[in-house]
Amino acid sequence: MIGYAPLLAQLGGSTGIVEYLTVFVLAAFVGIEVVSKVPSILHTPLMSGSNAIHGIVLVGALTIMGEAQGTAQLILGFLAVFLATLNVVGGFVVTDRMLEMFRAKPNERPVAQRSEAKEPGGAGEPE
Amino acid sequence: MITAVSFPLSTWRDLVYLVALAGFILALKGLGSPRYARRGNQLGALAALAAVAITFTLPSLRHSGRNLVLALIAMVLGAVVAVPVARLVKMTAMPQLVAIFNGVGGGAAALIALTELLHLHALGDKPAVYVTAEVLLGVLIGSVSLSGSAIAFIKLQELITGRPITYPGQQAINAVVAAAAVALIIVALVSGDLAPVYVLLGLALLLGVALVLPIGGADVPVLISLLNSFTGLAVAASGFVLDNNLLIVAGILVGASGLILTRLMSSAMGRSLPNILFSAFGAVITATGGEEGDASRSVRTGTAEDVGVLLAYARKVVIIPGYGLAVAQAQHTVRELADALAARGVDVFFAIHPVAGRMPGHMNVLLAEANVPYDDLKEMDEANAEMSTADVALVVGANDTVNPAAKTTPGSPIYGMPIIDADEAENIIFLKRSMRPGFAGIDNELLYDPKTTLLFGDAKDTLQKLVAAVKEA
Repeated sequence: MIGYAPLLAQLGGSTGIVEYLTVFVLAAFVGIEVVSKVPSILHTPLMSGSNAIHGIVLVGALTIMGEAQGTAQLILGFLAVFLATLNVVGGFVVTDRMLEMFRAKPNERPVAQRSEAKEPGGAGEPE
Repeated sequence: MITAVSFPLSTWRDLVYLVALAGFILALKGLGSPRYARRGNQLGALAALAAVAITFTLPSLRHSGRNLVLALIAMVLGAVVAVPVARLVKMTAMPQLVAIFNGVGGGAAALIALTELLHLHALGDKPAVYVTAEVLLGVLIGSVSLSGSAIAFIKLQELITGRPITYPGQQAINAVVAAAAVALIIVALVSGDLAPVYVLLGLALLLGVALVLPIGGADVPVLISLLNSFTGLAVAASGFVLDNNLLIVAGILVGASGLILTRLMSSAMGRSLPNILFSAFGAVITATGGEEGDASRSVRTGTAEDVGVLLAYARKVVIIPGYGLAVAQAQHTVRELADALAARGVDVFFAIHPVAGRMPGHMNVLLAEANVPYDDLKEMDEANAEMSTADVALVVGANDTVNPAAKTTPGSPIYGMPIIDADEAENIIFLKRSMRPGFAGIDNELLYDPKTTLLFGDAKDTLQKLVAAVKEA
């Protein structure tokens, strides 16, 4: 039965873990700082965009896929790569689709009803 | 010539990862401002692409043809599924789409941690305790995120009721499951065996389901944001397992910003996060609201023609859109109405509640899709300041976000939520499908207000009639 002391020794013995914890803490502060002043209209795109960013887990999936040996690991690795690709590709594409609607349209002020006729159908409106 | 730059390949890889991280931080920063949001997102995509591309220089991937081919097939399959789905799904279904993309990310993180553990065991090394701990965290958080997101998707897609699902002894059962998970983590850490990890995986999936089932449909978006943050943490955990700084930092970035975003969202609803997670929102409502609502109180209904005239001769009209507008796909028609009124010199603007639609900012996206000018969208506080000078408040498919019970009825489940003060306008017009209460399931006093006129029917139809009526008036 392993007690407390070896566990602590293992933690302390690895200088790597302290470096990683440093990175962890600094990254957390950056994350908090960067989103603290976002207007509420952008909350949805921000959620979707940050969702795409954690899709970078694909890099991890590729890493384990590289070293996978045996059927079980290959299947799990394959699944991980597939799911991570869904996350990263889908995430960025859907966020871009949301945001392309926010682009500035200078002559857009609806002064006359005619103005809509002149608008070239935008980005392929569904319907 | 340049001997100083002849780093080993792994250093180049780490440098590209570092650049990608800077790209992600700038991307998040850009997403916070309307002007740079799109460019920010594109920068993020570029950074991800670079990081993924350089990963193929890993010796293990270069030297095992079979693994490389399998990895490429999985990626192509993923992209072939993701692109059309992300392109074609309707904007109204956006929240559930984000939920599902988030869930699969959590699933991937859990699988990575698990596979790495299998790999270490197969090599015959007993992994260090902290490695096992990282694996367990990755598996636990990733699986909760996966199954939780799946249930959130099912709820938003209305495959099951959006109402909170409760059963006797729910809290006790959840507590037992959570305790069992903690016990398993200890067993797995101490023994270093694989079996407890598998059981933990199952329990974590169950926990995710148990976490989301009792949450009402109106609160699900807040939950998705929380699960998004979880997936970030799971990715960070798998980064610790693989000693990969890119995953650690990107995961923590998303984890931390996701938590802040979740807090911003829940405070927009005037509720605390624990309250959302553990209060089984709608259960209270079924007890208090529901029946008394549609019983026998009189409401005033009007015709599109009357309302059209009222709108055409008003000085200031505030349009308050809600999810019903999106369901009816009436974004374009409501813009036509606003244009028709503006053409007559009426001062028109849209008052956007922070949680109008089903996610914060969702309504802005929908209206932007219909080319409503950005300047015509006013956020709640700005809109409320002008509300008392408005002649007409036109409520299209919104309900809970204008319900005065949030200010006046301490017992109400939405009490304390900031609302748009439609009741302060001189006239209130409700476009409603029926007397059915809103998403939160609560009756709305404002419907019975003497200043209120109701127009029943499909929002798009009614709006089309209003456009015609305004043009004739």
